[in-house]
Amino acid sequence: MSAPSMPLPRETASQTAGPYVHIGLAPQQAGFDIFENNFGNVLTTPQTKGERIRIEGVVRDGSGTLVRDVLIEIWQANAQGKYAHPGDRQPGKAIDPAFRGWGRACSDFETGLYSFETIKPGSVAGRKGRAMAPHINFWIVARGINLGLNTRMYFSDEAQANAADPVINLVEWEVRRKTLIAQRQERDGKVVYRFDIRLQGDDETVFFDI
Amino acid sequence: MLMGRDPAPGAEFLMRDTTSHPPAYAPNYKSSILRSPRNPLISLQNSLSEVTAPVFDASELGPLDHDLLMNCAKDGLPIGERIVVHGYVHDQLGRPLKNTLVEVWQCNASGRYRHKKDQYIGALDPNFGGCGRMLTDANGYYACRTIKPGPYPWRNRVNDWRPAHIHYALSGNGWAQRLITQMYFEGDPLIANCPILKSVPDEAQIRGLIALQDVSAFVQLDSRAYRFDIVLRGQRATLFEDQVQGGAK
Repeated sequence: MSAPSMPLPRETASQTAGPYVHIGLAPQQAGFDIFENNFGNVLTTPQTKGERIRIEGVVRDGSGTLVRDVLIEIWQANAQGKYAHPGDRQPGKAIDPAFRGWGRACSDFETGLYSFETIKPGSVAGRKGRAMAPHINFWIVARGINLGLNTRMYFSDEAQANAADPVINLVEWEVRRKTLIAQRQERDGKVVYRFDIRLQGDDETVFFDI
Repeated sequence: MLMGRDPAPGAEFLMRDTTSHPPAYAPNYKSSILRSPRNPLISLQNSLSEVTAPVFDASELGPLDHDLLMNCAKDGLPIGERIVVHGYVHDQLGRPLKNTLVEVWQCNASGRYRHKKDQYIGALDPNFGGCGRMLTDANGYYACRTIKPGPYPWRNRVNDWRPAHIHYALSGNGWAQRLITQMYFEGDPLIANCPILKSVPDEAQIRGLIALQDVSAFVQLDSRAYRFDIVLRGQRATLFEDQVQGGAK
């Protein structure tokens, strides 16, 4: 079939997730228990391969105020740099049956803190053979966000890979690139990456049109 | 409707037409003012990170997850107008979105959400949770039963009321296809003045969010029905192996 010369049907318009997004996507956070199986913020099981990490941070609005009603999803490759999806045909990398790579978290209604328990992903092949530095894809929705915001989290201890990353290098304002890099810390013997997101204002996070 | 070959898993998505969506900054919807980025979004060509996404399995969902009439019922049925909401999820090239996770949430017939942050005076219904989820079938079809949500006032301007609506989240075949939206009901007079709905920039796109009453799907002596179809971004039928998969070039 040749390419259509007529206008395509349009994508359904996005609408805000609203303040009560938790009812639908994280009912326990809304205050009730309804589903037997909840999609949550722990991506690992004891069988998962890779370095255990915790990701945590807050989201702030244009005034610097905490956004306490945000919902964040992450999507990432496994420790070898392979996505658990049939579209990933990278040779020589295997799916980890104990790692799906998808998680969902809400900011705490009091502290604004969100967190994920996961593993550090491996490097994934990018377009035209350019390796992408290890990264985690973020999708952010909330009241006041009309179209879900996409960004990526990179790792502070991957400076060399980050410097060569084809996506980071698309950000022409070099001063803004640091908003994509989570800072590695150690706390009680555990690895924690701090990744704060700023929706607007000074140090506004780089968001992507994917 | 266009019909093409099935999309190849991992194939690129068509560029998102941002004019199909509300702008991030929509000042009549006041919450958007401080939550909208001021800098341009950086446009990415799809990589594996954007063309892949979690794959869902029916075993992850419970037998009543899709049935909002029953999935929170304790000592009776929820109060309100019984309705069926159903439709098809396609991509822009007319292909059904198979096995897509559809998650819905809504307030009850009084306009009250079962949420610890909702303080509206409308009564909670002990037999209604207001959330459900299901997977589309091989034709991209989904259906659920619920009660018709009520309108409710909200703090924007002092007399703003949300038209009755159901929230939808769709997973899609790739991370770039993920979408959250809201479905409205044909004939609701509040539609004309809703700042959230009117943030959508054109009338045709607004019409696309308004479900029509569908007599053909009424359940006799039981429920009325509304039809709501959803279009997600188109996905190419051909895999550009050397591009997205990172082959030599």
